[in-house]
Formats: sequence, C-alpha cells, structure tokens
Amino acid sequence: MQTHQYDVVIVGAGGAGMRAALESGQRVRTAVLTKLYPTRSHTGAAQGGMCAALANVEEDNWEWHTFDTVKGGDFLVDQDAAEVMAKEAIDAVLDLEKMGLPFNRTPDGLIDQRRFGGHTRKHGEAAVRRSCFAADRTGHMILQTLYQQCIKREVEFFNEFYVLDLLFTEVDGVKRTAGVVAYELATGEIHVFRAKAVIFATGGAGKVYKTTSNAHTLTGDGMAIAYRRGLPLEDMEFFQFHPTGLAGLGILLSEAARGEGAILRNSEGERFMERYAPTLKDLAPRDVVARAMANEVREGRGAGPNKDYVLLDLTHLEPSHIDAKLPDITEFARTYLGVEPYTEPVPVFPTAHYAMGGMPTTIDAEVLADNTHVLPGLYAAGEVACVSVHGANRLGTNSLLDINVFGRRAGLAAAVFAEKAPLVELPEAPSDATVALLEAIRDRADGERVAVLRRELQETMDANAQVFRSEATLKQALSDIQALKTRYANVSVQDKGRRFNTDLLEAVELGFLLDLAEVIVVGALERKESRGGHFREDYQNRDDVNYMRHTMAYRSSDDDGAGVRLDFKPVVVTRYQPMERKF
Amino acid sequence: MTAAVADAPAAGAIPSFQVTLRLRRFNPENDTEPRWEDHTVTMHGTDRVLDALHKIKWEIDGSLTFRRSCAHGICGSDAMRINGRNRLACKTLLKDLPLDKPITVEPIKGLAVLKDLVVDMDPFFEAYKSIMPFLVTSGNDPSRERRQSPEDRARYDDTTKCIMCAACTTSCPVYWSDGQYFGPQAIVGAHRFIFDSRDEGAEERLEILNDRDGVWRCRTTFNCTDACPRGIEVTKAIQEVKRALLFRRV
Repeated sequence: MQTHQYDVVIVGAGGAGMRAALESGQRVRTAVLTKLYPTRSHTGAAQGGMCAALANVEEDNWEWHTFDTVKGGDFLVDQDAAEVMAKEAIDAVLDLEKMGLPFNRTPDGLIDQRRFGGHTRKHGEAAVRRSCFAADRTGHMILQTLYQQCIKREVEFFNEFYVLDLLFTEVDGVKRTAGVVAYELATGEIHVFRAKAVIFATGGAGKVYKTTSNAHTLTGDGMAIAYRRGLPLEDMEFFQFHPTGLAGLGILLSEAARGEGAILRNSEGERFMERYAPTLKDLAPRDVVARAMANEVREGRGAGPNKDYVLLDLTHLEPSHIDAKLPDITEFARTYLGVEPYTEPVPVFPTAHYAMGGMPTTIDAEVLADNTHVLPGLYAAGEVACVSVHGANRLGTNSLLDINVFGRRAGLAAAVFAEKAPLVELPEAPSDATVALLEAIRDRADGERVAVLRRELQETMDANAQVFRSEATLKQALSDIQALKTRYANVSVQDKGRRFNTDLLEAVELGFLLDLAEVIVVGALERKESRGGHFREDYQNRDDVNYMRHTMAYRSSDDDGAGVRLDFKPVVVTRYQPMERKF
Repeated sequence: MTAAVADAPAAGAIPSFQVTLRLRRFNPENDTEPRWEDHTVTMHGTDRVLDALHKIKWEIDGSLTFRRSCAHGICGSDAMRINGRNRLACKTLLKDLPLDKPITVEPIKGLAVLKDLVVDMDPFFEAYKSIMPFLVTSGNDPSRERRQSPEDRARYDDTTKCIMCAACTTSCPVYWSDGQYFGPQAIVGAHRFIFDSRDEGAEERLEILNDRDGVWRCRTTFNCTDACPRGIEVTKAIQEVKRALLFRRV
C-alpha cells in the first residue's frame, strides 16, 4: 500500500472534475484521480450544446433560463440553485471561449446559439436560441479544452486509478473527510490518498439500464461509495430517458437535430408531437417527448418490422446544413444502422441518459450528510451530485452547464476549505475494507458470472423501471434486484491476476449498480405520483400536496441485510409557484 | 415463431453469423512471449468488433483485457489493430469485415504492450503535452468573447475532431522505428492551435515541431489519414504545418 498526501483530491476527470481542478490546482496542492484517462470521460459524448442567455442572436435573459429550468424540472428544482446556474451560465460560456473552446460563430464572429428542448423566451412563449455549441460535439470540445488547460496549468493526474472508498475520521464528535482509497489498475496496488478535501466528480450510473447512451464505465461509483458510507442519495428515482437513442442500440442522437428542424414521425408519417405539445412540439422537454414516443409505439403506431421505434426525419433539411451543424450524429446513423439521414428517416427510441439524482449538495457543492448538515471537506459536482438544478427532468444542455458552473464552485470551495483546514488523521487500517472487498471476489474459486447478473439487472430495469412504471412493475424490479444481490454475494471472476484486472473491476462495478438500482426502485415505489421523468401509470398526475419534496435515500442495515431507508427534504421555492406543465 | 419460417429470418429478426477472432494475447504475469488465441462466437448484424470482444470476455474468458468506454467512437479508448489496420473496435462492424477467415485483433504498434490489447499510453500523451496544446494569448482577456469569423473558425475545424485514440500515431512507420518522433497526433494537436486566429503561440509551437524529431520526420505515407476514425486529413494537416515552417506564416 502506498500513501499520498494532498490538500484536495478530485475523483473523476470529466468536465466537472477538470473544471474543479483548474480552480483548486492554482490555489492548493491538488490531485485528480480517474479510472480512465481524462480525455476518455463521458463528457466528451455530449453533443448539442451548453445554454446561457448570452442573447447573441435574439433577446434572452437569465431569468427566463431559470424559469425554464424550474418548469422543465417539473417544479422539483431547488429554485435558488437554478438561479445561480442560469446567472453564472453566461460567464461559464465566456470562460470556456477564453480558454480556447472553438464555438460555432455568427457572421459577426460572436458565439452562435441555437434552439433546444424546453428553452423558451418569455416564460414559454416560444423556443429561444440559447444553446452555445461547437457543431454536435460540444461535450468533446469542452472535455478537450479543459484537458488542455489542465496541461497548461500542470494539474497532476493519476490515470487509471479507480477510487473504491471514501475515508472519514471523527474529530471532536464531528465526522470529517480524511481521504480516499484507490486501486491502481496497471499494478493492482492499493493507494491511500490523504486529503483535507475530496471532490467527487464521478459522473452517472446509466449502466443500471440495458438501453443507454452511457459509457460502459458509467457505473455510479461515486454515488454508491457515498451511499455505502452512510451518506444520502437524493431523488434517485428520477432518471432521464433521452428521446432519440438509435433504435436497438441506445446511442445518442442529439436533441440538436430537432433544434435544427428535424421532426419525429410515427409509422403513419404523422408529426405526433403536435398532439402532445402544441406549442413546442418536437422541442418539448425530454420526459414529455420520450413518453409520447413510447406511447405511440404502445398504441401500435411504431415504425419498422416490429413497430418498436419511431422515426427522426431530417430529410427536409439541406445536406450542407446537416453537414455543418450535425456531422457526428448523422455519421452515427450511417455507421451503426446503415441509414442515410439525407434521404431516410432514422429509427429512434428513448435511451437511459441521465441521473437527475445523486449526492445532495449545497450551491457551493458541499455534500450534505442529512437534510441540513454538510460533511466537512466533502464536495460533489456534475452528474454524481444533486444540487438540485434538474429536479424531476433535466433540460437539454443544462448538464454541460452544470459541470462548468458547479465544477468551478466545487474547486473553489474545496480549495478555500483546504487553505484553512487541518489535515485529519486517517482512520485505523484505512484500506482494509477495500482490500477485503476485492480479495473476496478475486479469491472465490467458482460462482456467479458478472455478465449474467448484470444483464439480468439491466433487463429488469428496462422492463420495469423505465419510461412507464407502476406498483406492479416496480415491485417486480425490486424483487429481481434483491434476488440478484443475494446471487452477487457469490460472484466470482476468472482473472485472478494483479495487472489490469478489468474482470475484477467489472465485478465491483456491478455491486455498485445493484445498490443504486435498488435505491432507484424503492424511491420510485414510494413516489405515488407522476412528475418529470418519473411516470406512474397508477398515479398519472403530479401531486404537489404529498410529493413536492425531495427523496433522501439512506442505506440501512437490519436483520435481513442492507435495505433502503427513505427520508424527505423540502424543495426550495423562491420565485415560481408550481403550475400545470403545458408545452 | 413457427418451424415454417426456420429457413428465412422472421420479419425484423437480425441475422446472426459465426465469427472467429484471432486475438493477440499477452499476460505479463504468466507469459514470456505474446501468443495467438482463437475464439469463435455467434454474433448479429449490427454487432461491432467490440461486441465480439465483450462476448468472449463475458462468456468465455474473463481475463481477456482491453480498454473501452463510450462504445460509439467518441472516447478513443479502443483503438486496435484489426486485420492489420488501426481502427476503433466500437466503430468497426463485423459485417464489414471478411468473415470467411479469422479476424485478427492485436494491440496498436509502437507502444509497449502491458496486457493483451492494452498498451502504455503515457509516451503518446507526453508527446501531445510537449507541443503546447492550449490557447496562447497575450494581454488581458476581453470582457466578452474573442471574435472569430466563421471562415477563421472553419480553418482549423478538421483537427478539433481528434479524440486522441492514437490510431494515427501508431500506424506511422516512422513512429514504429524511431522512439523520438512526436507522431502524427501531436502534430494534429499543434495544427489545431497554429491555425486558430485567436492564438499567438504559433511561432513557439512551430519551433518545437522544427526539431530533428519533429515534423520533418514525416515521410507522407498517408497511413495516419487512412487510420483516423474521425476522418481527419492528418497528412494534410502535417503538410500545412511543414508549409507554415517553410514560409513562416500561417
């Protein structure tokens, strides 16, 4: 075991982690740990843009952006946090431009902007051009630009270091952050990182589902580690299903396609979104569009031989326009489905895309240990966190915004904290739990296969906890997950080696996914209403009287083993009272 | 489905086929030399090489080791030598390869093999870092964005697409034989800034690339351009850098 010492340790090198590192690294000694290489992070897969009310191409202001975020999130958004995000969005975009990000430009040389789902002028009057973009690879350019700045500022990275535990030490009766434990993939060695402050920026957990736009590596590590260490997870039942995944594959086709004029059609060629969202049509928020698509298929108007998808029609757009604004996603359609978007509509269906929930934080990215108390020295930003700026449904582009605004805030807050905080002693035998976790799996001679359990988990989640949910389906999912957890206790791997043991890594990741799936389903069962991305067939309306509250899920150990205990937290309402959500 | 349709796939069914992968294996804990290993698996019409690798890892041999993440050609993790050509495993459809003989899968060349298809990427990233891959400006930042015309923005668009998968660099014969050469990707990385109208670091970057291990090592074999999974005209970018050096203007 090796021990390292830093002021701030950042876990994850996607957009949030690297944005935090740029702030923290200039002020205090900072290390960034990533289970990949920084440029492999899934921020790079984001396509459409990052919204900010720059008003470069038409009238706009941050208050409208705040309103859209709150309404898009079906009023589960903490409105103070949404206001911070919408206000700081403008500087966040300008900062990226100054760092060198190659945004698309207007004829005057300003940052160009385009329409995106749920973003409107004058509180819903019509779609507004708010998304700042670099073709359909905005996330790629953000990831590259932040990495380039990290090189410039000599940020210290530990690549392929997989963090598996978070350490706390009690000081004068208060639990404080002491560091993290990491597994070095190349050697199999255990490293303990002592730090005054730790920032979790580990991203999402899309691999809970089978059909997902998420990378294989998005296994909710940070969320699950925090949960296992007794911290709450907020609003995990809210998962976003992005309307336009490539049918059967789940690969993301950006909402930017619809922002540029593409239209969703059913098997009859009908532009069905006109029925579901008369004003915004195809550019309604994602939960509305995904549900409409699933409903068209359910009512027999799906396209294709099995009538199990709908069509994204770009054929009325000029090929030169498609090439200029949507080059990558049209290439995805060609490469993976053999469809030519110039002339043929593209088969699409909703794909699990984004966890609205996560580790609860303040607007300064401090992690909450309960409804009100922060855990000193622990921060979280990006998809792993729940500020909550996305509420029950995140608006498109607000994730790239979230990682920049709250990544920056996390880096600043952690550095300021570390400048004055003492280094906390490590707990006794800090790596024992991690070593025990790994060796139990590695040493088991024979047992359940990781891939089998993972597939069963993903299949039950797709079947029972996806766009449409009910008490019956959720109970089925829960009993499946619990049975899988029992079998997981007997999981084994074939690779018994030390070096690059990705077999072992996948087994650990599966354990995280199982824990998180249980939290998602238990939260969804308890929430007997429909709101944003969470739609209950048995409770089809939003119920503000009983459910306008955040879910706080804690791991509880009872005689039957670990279960989920739920608590609730009020929503912060400042300017906007809940209203009926029409688009 | 009934037996009557056994000969023809049902409407909407995806055809399946057998494919043999010939994998270059090396486990530093057991092997002294790399070896070949064949596996035959049943795959489907839209499956990629990465799906076949996963199938082998998940169902046959969990110790098979390779990097991957996004699985749709954006993260750059899974560049490999497939049938002798550098490609991304997640972007190479099986049906586009000749399936009557084994598909060979090897690690990319020119970087030390650590295990199976995993190579040491550090020299590759170090080469990138050495060319100042960040915007260089002088004076105070403006309060709003720096202006850039759409034409100036288009000038360097091609090289912004790079995902740093190393397919180009590890397809270059000069890179294989000469451990000092920066390699095509680092030059692509430099090009992206040299031709950015906002940047003021071109002189310094060109000086770095004018080094004896720099851009002049390129023999214009076009391997890099052929290998790039993002369709970047790598050789053209290198030529533009050479020309900028000759005429000292961008």
